[in-house]
Amino acid sequence: MYRSAIYDEPLLNELLGSTKEKIKPLDLLPRSLQRKEIIDIPNLDETQLVRHFHRLSQMNYGIDSGIYPLGSCTMKYNPKICEHIAGWDSFTGIHPYQDISTTQGNLEIMFELERLLCEITGMDYYSLQPAAGAQGEFLGMLLSRAYHEFNNDSERNEVILPDTAHGTNPASATMAGYKLIELPSTKNGTVDLDMLEKTLSDKTACFMLTNPNTLGIFESEIIEISKMVHKAGALLYYDGANINAIMGKTRPGDMGFDIVHLNLHKTFATPHGGGGPGSGPIGVKIKLEKFLPIPRIARKDGKYLFDYDVLQSIGKIKGFYGNFSVLLKAYIYILLMGRDGLKEASEIAVLNSNYMKKKILKSGKYEMPCKELRKHEFVLSCEKLRQEKEIRAMDIAKRLLDHGLHPPTIYFPLIVKEALMIEPTETESKEDLDKYINALIKIADEDPGIVKNAPSNTPVKRVDEVGATKNPILTWKMI
Amino acid sequence: MKFIPNSSVKSTMLKEMGLKNIEDLFLDIPQKIRIKNLNLPDGLSQQETEQKLREIACKNKSFHDITSFLGGGIKPHYIPSMVKSILSRAEFYTSYTPYQSEASQGFLQAMFEYQSIIAELTRMDIANASLYDGVTALGEAALMCKRINRKKTFVIPENISSDKKSVLKNYTKGTDIETKEVSYDFVTGKIDLNELKKIVDGNTAGVYIENPNFFGIFEENVDEISKTINDAGSLFVVNVDPISLGITKSPGDYGADIVIGEGRALGNPMNFGGSTVGIFACKKEFLRQMPGRIIGLTKDSDGNRAFCMALQTREQHIRRGKATSNICTNEGLCALAAFLYLSWLGGNGLEKLSKINFENGQKLAKRIETIKGFKMMFSGVHFNEFVIKCKNDAKIINKKLLQNDIQGGLVIDRWYPKLKNCILFGITEMHSDADIEKLITVLKEVSHV
Repeated sequence: MYRSAIYDEPLLNELLGSTKEKIKPLDLLPRSLQRKEIIDIPNLDETQLVRHFHRLSQMNYGIDSGIYPLGSCTMKYNPKICEHIAGWDSFTGIHPYQDISTTQGNLEIMFELERLLCEITGMDYYSLQPAAGAQGEFLGMLLSRAYHEFNNDSERNEVILPDTAHGTNPASATMAGYKLIELPSTKNGTVDLDMLEKTLSDKTACFMLTNPNTLGIFESEIIEISKMVHKAGALLYYDGANINAIMGKTRPGDMGFDIVHLNLHKTFATPHGGGGPGSGPIGVKIKLEKFLPIPRIARKDGKYLFDYDVLQSIGKIKGFYGNFSVLLKAYIYILLMGRDGLKEASEIAVLNSNYMKKKILKSGKYEMPCKELRKHEFVLSCEKLRQEKEIRAMDIAKRLLDHGLHPPTIYFPLIVKEALMIEPTETESKEDLDKYINALIKIADEDPGIVKNAPSNTPVKRVDEVGATKNPILTWKMI
Repeated sequence: MKFIPNSSVKSTMLKEMGLKNIEDLFLDIPQKIRIKNLNLPDGLSQQETEQKLREIACKNKSFHDITSFLGGGIKPHYIPSMVKSILSRAEFYTSYTPYQSEASQGFLQAMFEYQSIIAELTRMDIANASLYDGVTALGEAALMCKRINRKKTFVIPENISSDKKSVLKNYTKGTDIETKEVSYDFVTGKIDLNELKKIVDGNTAGVYIENPNFFGIFEENVDEISKTINDAGSLFVVNVDPISLGITKSPGDYGADIVIGEGRALGNPMNFGGSTVGIFACKKEFLRQMPGRIIGLTKDSDGNRAFCMALQTREQHIRRGKATSNICTNEGLCALAAFLYLSWLGGNGLEKLSKINFENGQKLAKRIETIKGFKMMFSGVHFNEFVIKCKNDAKIINKKLLQNDIQGGLVIDRWYPKLKNCILFGITEMHSDADIEKLITVLKEVSHV
């Protein structure tokens, strides 16, 4: 049985209490701004600190620890070579405002990466500025506004999205000032075309869609959807969180999408760092190019440069040029994989997902509503287990931790009751998939008492998340 | 080696599934939009890739190849080896957002401690677990002010970076927030206090200042600024350079309601301006209006101490269209670096570092000022950046410096046409006396041109 390292690791301020030392005033500093006492950060020795951080790291699960099949998160292995190269001084030690004659290497990487992403997604132009997928979405919504405003069509203030959309989609559209219209999915789990037709109007700015959607189902009627959306004068937005399913098979640009965001920290194997940094480049069709953020990366007479001279640009959405360190890792990953590697990544991601789905369903312990064929992810329901044994998705997730396996995404998408959303990715071996399948089947047969009290092999037992919100303790001082 | 272990057992798996071909799994994609292959080069081996990247890397000149005096939001700082070593622990960097708290106690505790140190540094009650950068933090702060008091105008100084103005405009585009600018005093380089008093009124949602400001100058009249804002019933938002806080008061000491900042300087490399990390702290009473992830301390079912994401009901994955922000992925690893860095320094180390930056700033300014054709543009006291007015063409000066392997400061007349031939110089603890001498020698030469 799996056992995690467990430490009663104190907080830094418990290792060494506060020392209230006075500061000698500096003559030249304005008196109104003079600090009186040293900031209360414990002064510990490096040896003590390293042990503290080392122990903390041992109480954390990463993709290097094992399978991490969070649906829609594409937790694939992060090649070590990408980390290694991105750590070179000649990349990390560059100031964003250096004379461009001294940053040609970085500019070349960004220029080339834009072109590679264009080819992979079938789009015409890219901006690498967004810091994460959600910021890419927000930029996409700003581009939609700019486009309609430019065409004297600013009455369009509605964004339509399916009820299976990622939470960031409605949040980003709202932030850009749009009104949301949520479209219920068909019982197959796909876009309801009749309903879409009725909802589209001269108020529609954009239709946001993920394809394959969050159920892992490919929206096969995408050509028809694209026609309808464009006929209504609206734009079609592609949430690229799930593009790991289709590389080398089809492209959002060919499906008719006008704006695409990618998550480089998902599909292109850059690490997620416990919640970032990410990178969420935006690709557009030519009609939207002039609105892209500044600066654009350009090439003239064999030299790379920043082009700020873009009249209709929406300006900036982040400082500088994007998360360069992440862009660099994604660029290296694409070079390594190449044409056939990326295609095979998608093929095996889909194979792994369908393999797991088939074996789990065969056990009869779980159900899977909606269409059968899935792409890179699938969504199970454990509603039957809830009714029969009062075991909920949360319980299964926590019990998986006892097996040393990271749980899937749970309770999403919202249209599936007691949802377990599983995305194994292509970087897992058959043995590990089998282990996961067997664990899920075994848990369904276990004594409900054990499952509901899980986990017990982790550094802490089940955490009281409600308490953390009801009675927020957010700093040392609040304890 | 393409990181696809099942490549070799593909046919076995297909057979077990009763399928013949991998294509059977893609039948739901209409033929009309299918492609045969991407038009991309063949994949490279790891050795070939490293060689190719070495060739590209040679086209860059890093801080280690040329002496640089750039600032303007990013400056080089020393990164202790301990920070790099701990960051390379794969348990940290290959983990996801800690949705499953029992398997993420390490990262969660580290983020809780990061929040604690940021709160201490800014003297605010609470801090979140990071935003994208200091620039978007301004956009989020403006939106938060509006959520808190429902007022319409947001006041900013004229002299903030043009990036920030642009990002703020885009972040507030979906609302009816109107931005107003306050000029700077042309003599001191500080905010024009009289103008501020005129602009701030009952409709002002929030007032934003930077300390030190974009010209590197300390806004020393903080008590008066704070009173003006407070009297109008408006919110006080302050941007800080965290390195300066070792010797200066924290914004919480002079009445700030929300404190933001670029935290990249804390243990993260310059990386061409990204990854960055946005600091965001505020008073406790505004907790439920805060954007971004917040980590809390709670108990597990045995009653032991445990950590988890708190107040998720503000966030997009629960609240969707009504979330306080759309942010999901933040800058977790950069925040971790900031925490490692600050704990490595400790309170004493930060004071020392801050002092060196301040003193180097004074030293360099004094030296440049003595050269004919260069003078200090503003009289206000600066931290580790300052504006120099050049008699000659600033661009030509920078060109000459570059010929001597020196990257000069930032020529700022592109953003401030009134400041023709002005250069913003930046200096930190990374600059030796020899670096300063090198710059001075060349500046003396160009002053004769």
